[in-house]
Amino acid sequence: MTQIFDTLVIGAGPAGMAAAIAAAESGQRVGVVDDNPAPGGQVWRHGTPLPNAGRRWKGQFEAAPAVRLAGWRVIDCLRLAPDGGVLRAECNTPSVPAADLHFRHLILATGARERFLPFPGWTLPNVMGVGGLDAMVRGGLPIAGKRVVVAGTGPLLLAVAAHLIKRGAQVVAICEQASLAQMAPLGLALLRQPGKLRQGAAYRWATRKTPFLTHCWPLAALAEPGADDHRDPGTQPRLRTVTLHRNERQWNVACDYLACGFHLVPNTELATLLGCQMQDGFVVTDQQMRTSTPGVWCAGEPTGIGGVDASLLEGRIAGLSAAGKSEAALSLSQRRPAIQAFTQALEHACRLNPRLRDLAAEETTVCRCEDVHMGALRERSSARDARLHTRCGMGPCQGRICGAATEFLFGWLPDPARPPIFPALVSSLMEEAAAGSPAQPEIDSR
Amino acid sequence: MTETRSTDLPSDGNSIVLSVDGVSVRVSPGCTVAAAVLMAGTPTRTSVSGEPRAPLCGMGICFECRVSIDGVPYQRSCQTLCLPGMKVTTTGAQLLP
Repeated sequence: MTQIFDTLVIGAGPAGMAAAIAAAESGQRVGVVDDNPAPGGQVWRHGTPLPNAGRRWKGQFEAAPAVRLAGWRVIDCLRLAPDGGVLRAECNTPSVPAADLHFRHLILATGARERFLPFPGWTLPNVMGVGGLDAMVRGGLPIAGKRVVVAGTGPLLLAVAAHLIKRGAQVVAICEQASLAQMAPLGLALLRQPGKLRQGAAYRWATRKTPFLTHCWPLAALAEPGADDHRDPGTQPRLRTVTLHRNERQWNVACDYLACGFHLVPNTELATLLGCQMQDGFVVTDQQMRTSTPGVWCAGEPTGIGGVDASLLEGRIAGLSAAGKSEAALSLSQRRPAIQAFTQALEHACRLNPRLRDLAAEETTVCRCEDVHMGALRERSSARDARLHTRCGMGPCQGRICGAATEFLFGWLPDPARPPIFPALVSSLMEEAAAGSPAQPEIDSR
Repeated sequence: MTETRSTDLPSDGNSIVLSVDGVSVRVSPGCTVAAAVLMAGTPTRTSVSGEPRAPLCGMGICFECRVSIDGVPYQRSCQTLCLPGMKVTTTGAQLLP
């Protein structure tokens, strides 16, 4: 299949939806690729409840005249020039052949993923990300009556704990690795963002019966039941107890799930494949969200972890700019500094305590795909050296999980992505790029 | 298929039944295969050194949730919605006693 677009948007989260709406409003032929079954990204993923803003944006996105490729992911770039290029995408349904997507303008809105840090027991079933457990619950996992420890760092902890409690979970503790002092500037920044402050207060109110422990983190997840735990003895190894640490004290908590994630890292594989200039792990853009690669824009979390408001604004700026409406884009970009101040305060609040580097023991798995232990990595000198000698980062996640961990543990910077940027069928890679002029797609304008 | 497990999603009478390693699981429309596998109580896969693994990221990044669906291996169950009669096979089930 071949499709041709004026503007192709990668990602249907807040940034991608806002970009697609703005470009489509401006008369562009728009395509949107997203690997999830429904739009909204992670923050507005399917499964109730959605805030009003989420419902409104998803409604607008679904009404916009655009071709939506849901359940597709980009695996390679076949051609890239200042006047456009071609990306190859593969469908999650293996019987559907790969597609070549031609574009004049490309907007990357690829979002972010959680940062995971290895500690003993983090590979046990029922130890998940914070957003990971939330996604499972929104995807139908019953959580009522289950005991959950929420740990790590970042605003997601409180938001997810509040949601889990609403669904009937018994959230035993919320453990934030940052100290209260480290979080203070974020509190000040929130005072200038009344909407976010109200939301944060609502989350804390919803979780008021759960201790919110700052400067606290998990030391280990254990498959053995605690002395006080007489529930379902079970037959398979899965999480039963979490050892927590705070102020030189450590204690065990019985639980059914540990949701643990250390803030977010951007999905920048496609941006690095396209040669976009990076700084400190984020994609560099100008005021109109143009990257250093001509014809390629970037919006949302890959430019800095700023949350949903920043993503919506940047997406709209990118969409307008790609459609040639530079003046409107520049005028909107004047609102960015206020939002960027919040992004910086958030980054400071989520800075990782160096002591988290000591959590992994010698035999703790760091690379989950290839089961590479901490002890095997200590003597390696770089991510590449580790790949060559231990296979760390060579599994199907392509280092997306262990890469953020080894960057924190050892200071190893990831190498730029190489195609295919996701595991793909050989048939998807072999198909030759379609010659001649591709057919115009049907625009879905429900 | 002797056992049935159900989600607590609101049921509008349109529930879906699928099989996870032979265990029948009843879910509501919109339920992901990953959630259904967790409900069936089996790990999604066995790691290269033989450990049981279950979903981690919930967003198609970590590949811990990969299972076979209707004979097609290597599907990310967290990004796949349940359909009636689906046959899901894990590589984690072999670890169960």
